[in-house]
Amino acid sequence: MMLEVTDLRLGFAAGRRTLLAVDGISFTISRGETFALLGESGCGKSATAQGLMRLLPAAGRIVGGSVSLDGEDLLALAEADMRGWRGRRMAMIFQEPATSLNPVLTVGRQIGEVLERHLGLAGAAARERMLDLLRQVGIADPERRLDEYPFQLSGGMKQRVMIAIALAGEPELLIADEPTTALDVTVQAQILDLLAKLQVDRGMGMLLITHDLGVVARMAHRIGVMYAGELVEVASREDFFTTPRHPYTQALFAALPEVSRRGTVLTTIPGQVPSLAAMPAGCRFAERCPQVMPVCRERSPEWREATPGHAVRCHWQGTTAAAEKSPDFTVDRKISEKSELLTVSDLKVHFPIRKGILQRTVGHVFAVDGVSLTISPGRTLALVGESGCGKTTVGKALLQLIPPTSGSVRLAGEELVGLRGRRLRAVRRHLQMIFQDPFASLNPRLRIGEIIAEGIGALAAAPAGQAPAAVRALLQQVGLPDDAVDRYPHEFSGGQRQRIAIARALAVQPELLVCDEPTSALDVSVQAQILNLLKQLQAELGVAYLFITHNFAVVEYLAHDVAVMYLGRIVEQGRAEEVLENPRHPYTQALLSAVPVPRLDGGEGRIRLGGETPSPASPPTGCHFHPRCPKATAVCRERYPERTAVSATHAVNCHWVA
Amino acid sequence: MMGFQIVVLWSDVLVWLLLASGIGVGVLIARSPPLLAAWRRVGASRAGMASATVLLAFLCVGLLDSLHYRVALDGKPGDKTQYAIEVLSVLDALVGPLRTENEKTYSAPFATHLYAKETVDRPGLGTVREFPRLKFGGAHLDDPATLADDVGVTAFRSVALVTLGWLALAGVVALRCGGWRAVWRGETAFAWNAVLATLAVILLVLVPLFALAGQYHVFGTDKVGQDVLYQIFKSVRTALIIGLVTTLVMLPVAVLLGIVAGYFRGWVDDLIQYLYTVLNSIPGVLLIAAAVLMMQVVIDSHPEWFATAAERADLRLLALCFILGITSWTGLCRLLRGETLKLRELEYIQAAQAFGVSNWRIILRHILPNLMHIVIIALVMDFSGLVLAEAVLSYVGIGVDPTMTSFGTMINNARMELGREPVVWWSLVAAFSAMFILVLAANLFADAVRDAFDPRVA
Repeated sequence: MMLEVTDLRLGFAAGRRTLLAVDGISFTISRGETFALLGESGCGKSATAQGLMRLLPAAGRIVGGSVSLDGEDLLALAEADMRGWRGRRMAMIFQEPATSLNPVLTVGRQIGEVLERHLGLAGAAARERMLDLLRQVGIADPERRLDEYPFQLSGGMKQRVMIAIALAGEPELLIADEPTTALDVTVQAQILDLLAKLQVDRGMGMLLITHDLGVVARMAHRIGVMYAGELVEVASREDFFTTPRHPYTQALFAALPEVSRRGTVLTTIPGQVPSLAAMPAGCRFAERCPQVMPVCRERSPEWREATPGHAVRCHWQGTTAAAEKSPDFTVDRKISEKSELLTVSDLKVHFPIRKGILQRTVGHVFAVDGVSLTISPGRTLALVGESGCGKTTVGKALLQLIPPTSGSVRLAGEELVGLRGRRLRAVRRHLQMIFQDPFASLNPRLRIGEIIAEGIGALAAAPAGQAPAAVRALLQQVGLPDDAVDRYPHEFSGGQRQRIAIARALAVQPELLVCDEPTSALDVSVQAQILNLLKQLQAELGVAYLFITHNFAVVEYLAHDVAVMYLGRIVEQGRAEEVLENPRHPYTQALLSAVPVPRLDGGEGRIRLGGETPSPASPPTGCHFHPRCPKATAVCRERYPERTAVSATHAVNCHWVA
Repeated sequence: MMGFQIVVLWSDVLVWLLLASGIGVGVLIARSPPLLAAWRRVGASRAGMASATVLLAFLCVGLLDSLHYRVALDGKPGDKTQYAIEVLSVLDALVGPLRTENEKTYSAPFATHLYAKETVDRPGLGTVREFPRLKFGGAHLDDPATLADDVGVTAFRSVALVTLGWLALAGVVALRCGGWRAVWRGETAFAWNAVLATLAVILLVLVPLFALAGQYHVFGTDKVGQDVLYQIFKSVRTALIIGLVTTLVMLPVAVLLGIVAGYFRGWVDDLIQYLYTVLNSIPGVLLIAAAVLMMQVVIDSHPEWFATAAERADLRLLALCFILGITSWTGLCRLLRGETLKLRELEYIQAAQAFGVSNWRIILRHILPNLMHIVIIALVMDFSGLVLAEAVLSYVGIGVDPTMTSFGTMINNARMELGREPVVWWSLVAAFSAMFILVLAANLFADAVRDAFDPRVA
């Protein structure tokens, strides 16, 4: 065993108390093994990693336990000695590549720092080593990149550089804290491949911290599930994906949206992770557990070995939950595809790039460059694409929050582009938006009642005097208690805030809701609650959704129609079944295959996509996708492909299909 | 009972209006839980509460000095009552002898004799050059050698009195806040221990000073024999008015222009940015000097506007506040513009726009409340800067009216005497210490406010 963590307890000082964020976790990692710590936010995963590196924030305290790497007790080392270990014997990769590199130092300086400190390399020898490292992490043209600054690199490249820095000291243990969470799926696949390859080459131990079951299935050898500061289940990859034992693990799996669960209600975990200050005495999951027994509330369960190498901390002896059939959304409305609620044709949004004293326009960012789509009443159109492809801009341009450069947006026959003042306000009753970040989308200084009533007041959606009643009805509809009216947003969790945002949008009874990644900031179990709510509301009210997302699982579960965007244009659109099961565009195929699936059998025939999305300020000539396309030919470099109909409802823009 | 006529100076009106609006804002804050929570954090900060206690003491002096009146002159009954030309304040009435007991010229703190030799006619001895006894300072002593005993006894008596009074006060606080130990260990939600400790220090210094001030010039006298302690008291009001009224002038301008520039962008933003960049690039002292001199000419050419010299000085003070305000809004404006630029991209603003909420309503409901913490921090921070600016301007000679006492004029007057041998140090030291304490308290309070309103903590 290379790393042995025994009964590690970490806390944060709050006043005179120390609140335990990690309460007695033990695990081991051997050489060449990847151990994944899995759990929702606030479970103490990152605190564990910081504790191992002894990089806890100022308020953090190591309360007890031991961490030994190759027999050396890390917690007993002096800080000066510990510095010799960090970067040399153990290294760390952080979640956000944009902030983990120093913006005013060149890449070379930042790698060189580690080489000089730990290996005593300098000058030409160090430079040679740096080039070697950059090559290992798959950076093309390392000689040039070495003297560049972080802002000149893309997100994926920054993360590669971060990995190169971590590897520079040739560590035995690599701690990766959500290394791909901030990246797009295609780039995520590249980084995961890279990490897996490097680990095999060097025989490193790796502690992978993630909330994504797909990443776990792709990377981990063994998995530890954390809940509220405790490990609740430790299993090998095979056991974990075939027979998850702990009710929490099972619930995590059940909460995942998937194509097979279409039309059914997703399983959710009621309630939320208990706060550090109010940990229950017995099993910490008892309050949310479907299998809860009286003993769970009294005694914290002991470790129990279910099969060799598969340990669970649970009183419940059963294996799988009695597969209670979750209720279906029986009212999958009769969808009239004939009528069209919203018709967008050739929508363009170009942002001018200005330079110089006189602010002359020197170019344009082609954020949205000719998008056409239609949405029928009561249906969901998913707009899918990687970050920077312009999907959010499309959503905002539909609502006229960003004025479109050209094109037309017609809602039930009425042209929206160019509307102003009173007439635009009248139209806004029919269109509303739900935003990505539930923390930024509610004004912290207003009460929930005021927030929800804002639209009612501004658009006169309810007769005067009936607003309070309307607000209460809305709260009930989205599943919040009545007393929320007088409370402030900070008193609610992320999922609850997103419910409030949905209630606010519904207050004016819109026919179309633009949902801009409404679940991407939420944990899996909470995401399931929100998806259920959206589905239920669609069944009850017949609202149409434009669902903007990068998450294919959500698309599979929710969407009727799918449009895939790349660099400001739609490259493929059609019915969800058609696009997802029979993707024709190489980009769609690559996207779909890059999504890590939370199953053992995933990952065959993966299409590796090189590079990253180019800048929308200077899109490639011809087909935008040709520099990354495995099937590109000469004609792709010259001409943008025409729209080719594959079936009555399925269309692709690709020369290869045509 | 002597008759008197209440005199309402413009600055008095502003001071009391400010106090009223301060109380009004306090009531509003009490109704808004997030703001109340932030102010509770200020209340829990020991440094913050200690400095607030000091500030409150200064504020009391300033407020007492902002109630003005003119005393009726003795006249024949039946005549129309004539009022004295001198405008007095409640503070003047309270400190009574300090104002009237003027010596001939300089005298050191606790002196019984003048600081300069004079030629005196002594019956039988002819003319002698000696340090004459002061008219008031230590006049009750038969033998100046017993000075130390007399001062000691008076000081001891007042210290004893203070101790008793303070213990009574502390007892009341302890009773109300759950026991003496809780208060002393800082376990109360409000930092009572800091307040009590500061109060003890303030009382221990001030009460003995007052007790002695009746018989001695505790801080000495200045060139024309005026008591320095009295001048310090009068300067407090000037400093407070400069600090408070100026912010009142600049605040609406800064908030309005800052938000408008940040929210509307485009040419409005360009215009406002050019405006404050231009204003900022003119040397401040030069601009203020030009404005003050122009105003001086206007005031001097219209003597009929003013019934008393106090009114003239008052108008000049207000004009100075106004000029300082006009030149100092740029910093806050720039800060607010930047913050508004950030806020307007937030999703709740976009949600409001999607509802068709009007721009001004968005500014009032969504932007202004989320900027308030910056405004409050800037206000408290600017206060100390302005008090110092007044001192500098008065020192240069373009500050307040020469007849008005301020820290700046005090320092300016004392400046010449530093070159004198033996040196006259007390005037400068007293003004310096008083200003130092005021500005330090304001700065510490500003720090506490900033910490409490820091969004990372909230």
